[in-house]
Amino acid sequence: MARIDLVDLAHSYGGNDAPQETFALKPVTMTWRQGGAYALLGPSGCGKTTLLNVISGIITPSRGKILFDEVDITPLSTQKRNIAQVFQFPVIYDTMTVGQNLAFPLKNRGVPKAEIDKRVAEIGRLLDLEPYLNRKATRLTADAKQKISLGRGLVRSDVAAVLFDEPLTVIDPELKWQLRSKLKALHRELDLTMIYVTHDQTEALTFADTVVVMHDGRVVQSGTPAELFDKPAHTFVGYFIGSPGMNIIPAEVRGREARIDGHVIALNRAYDNLPAGAKIEIGVRPEFVDAVTPAPGLLTSKIERIDDLGRIRFARVRVGDAKLAARAPNGFTSSDGSAGLKFDPAHIHVYADSRLVEGAA
Amino acid sequence: MDKTVNQKAWFLVLPVFLVVAFSAVLPLMTVVNYSMQDTFGNNQFFWNGVGWFKELLDPSTDLGGRFLASLGRNLFFSMVILAIEVPLGIVIALSMPRQGWTVAACLVILALPLLIPWNVVGTIWQIFGRPDIGLMGYTLNAMGFDYNYVSNAIDAWVTVIVMDVWHWTSLVALLCYAGLKSIPEAYYQAAQIDGASRWAVFKAIQLPKMNRVLLIAVLLRFMDSFMIYTEPFVVTGGGPGNSTTFVSIELVKIALGQFDLGKAAALSLVYNLIILIVCWIFYTVMTNAGAERKVQAESEPAVEPKPSSGLKPVPALKPKEGVA
Repeated sequence: MARIDLVDLAHSYGGNDAPQETFALKPVTMTWRQGGAYALLGPSGCGKTTLLNVISGIITPSRGKILFDEVDITPLSTQKRNIAQVFQFPVIYDTMTVGQNLAFPLKNRGVPKAEIDKRVAEIGRLLDLEPYLNRKATRLTADAKQKISLGRGLVRSDVAAVLFDEPLTVIDPELKWQLRSKLKALHRELDLTMIYVTHDQTEALTFADTVVVMHDGRVVQSGTPAELFDKPAHTFVGYFIGSPGMNIIPAEVRGREARIDGHVIALNRAYDNLPAGAKIEIGVRPEFVDAVTPAPGLLTSKIERIDDLGRIRFARVRVGDAKLAARAPNGFTSSDGSAGLKFDPAHIHVYADSRLVEGAA
Repeated sequence: MDKTVNQKAWFLVLPVFLVVAFSAVLPLMTVVNYSMQDTFGNNQFFWNGVGWFKELLDPSTDLGGRFLASLGRNLFFSMVILAIEVPLGIVIALSMPRQGWTVAACLVILALPLLIPWNVVGTIWQIFGRPDIGLMGYTLNAMGFDYNYVSNAIDAWVTVIVMDVWHWTSLVALLCYAGLKSIPEAYYQAAQIDGASRWAVFKAIQLPKMNRVLLIAVLLRFMDSFMIYTEPFVVTGGGPGNSTTFVSIELVKIALGQFDLGKAAALSLVYNLIILIVCWIFYTVMTNAGAERKVQAESEPAVEPKPSSGLKPVPALKPKEGVA
């Protein structure tokens, strides 16, 4: 049980002297609170696994410190940290039974036999592995094996945090959902800090109460799923979270007006102090843009196609070079292949060099 | 669609049939033929039935005594070199580097003894061990050890065993190294997190993942050492006395030294049969171990037991039968 603090933590596989642009993990300072369910979300190669391995001690960071409950544990080996980790592919000790697999971490630490038996029985019950405890672990399905990997982490009573490195990659879709619910239930029951690495936004948003989005070695935003959806701090977050992603359109912004293609869109807030020379864009989620019959005063666009997602339809449209998605209300059709776009001013965000700019009320 | 029926297609099988007949079936049947007869030269043959085989398995006769004694020596030799080479090969594989240029250097150094012809290996050790001019023999004697492989049976045995270990441990090490390389990094990381000691990692991860290549290594080394001929023949010539006379050396003595074609043929067949049986046992064990693992095939190292490796020793024996 611990609060985890990362202090100016960074890692480069090329050594500390490499230019900072090439760092796999750029300097980050943040706090993971005890008992939280976190997801590290980002595309492949964004540094999320590096961050996870730094926390578990598999990688020694090039610079910075990791604190568990204010104690610096950066120089400690993996064995000495109270960390459990579940990997992408199930790791099973072939020659052992399920029960022996679960007992392995305790045996290595010299825990008395009676205590081991008690913990193994308890974790076996918790993970629904009871009927298999005396069977060879090799013959089980992938999801059962992944549960054993998890169980080896949970069996230790001193564990501070459980780290998951894309643990559901090899699991069937249907079982994925079950296993994820199981993880949530365990989290509630055991009051453990859980950090879950994934590139699947559904997985991240359903599992975590705090989602940390990473991009190009940097933590670009950390917040609740709702915050990420409503107020992306970076155009990447807007684009990566939500399906379809946020519309990002180059625009000229002055005061309470944004100008796209000569057309003026009203904004709720005033943006007077935008940095000079920065690339200015506005971002708005497709859910807050309506495609309607073209009318004067609306931005006109060309419809490329309409995607029917069942519950909701999205029109894929084009304004100049910019491609957008917009909600197509029921009954909307277009006779000439063009649509007017109606923006909800409360949900338009302004980005300077990809970063969110807060306007004045 | 109907299959076309054309009986002339049988002719396509003819070349294979002829090749197999001339390369395997006919020579083997010649040996079977000899094993049932006795000859006093002059191309005169006398029917002997299963007489030679009876004699071969009866230790009170000259033939049986020599055969069983050499068989015993051969089995003992195989056990000793397996007991040394397998653990030593594992230790070498474990201590080899995993990456960097040193990997290539290690592989080349390990492969070197494997590339030297048997005869040359024998000659190297024959000279190396000589007490008068050999580096090892002279040094040992200078240090006060009374070492002489020509007159002392134990010295001869030690020389032959050390030579085989020098020649073939690399093979076991290379196979084990391949097995080790196929273990995903996550296993080691998980073991680290589970707090496993070096020994526990070996027992729980490395040994189980290596057991298939180890089985292949044991099979190959057993077969090769069971058929060993050239190296001990060059070094000790089977002596002193009969102390390093293995089955193949005994066979050549009977066939070429005494020109007892019937006895030699019977011995060849029994020798061949023993090797086939051992092959079959190993192969069965290996395929069963393979079937057990099919379920976890997705995370397994891609080392498949090759059926050919189980049969390989048989063609290697052919020249010796041809001799008989």
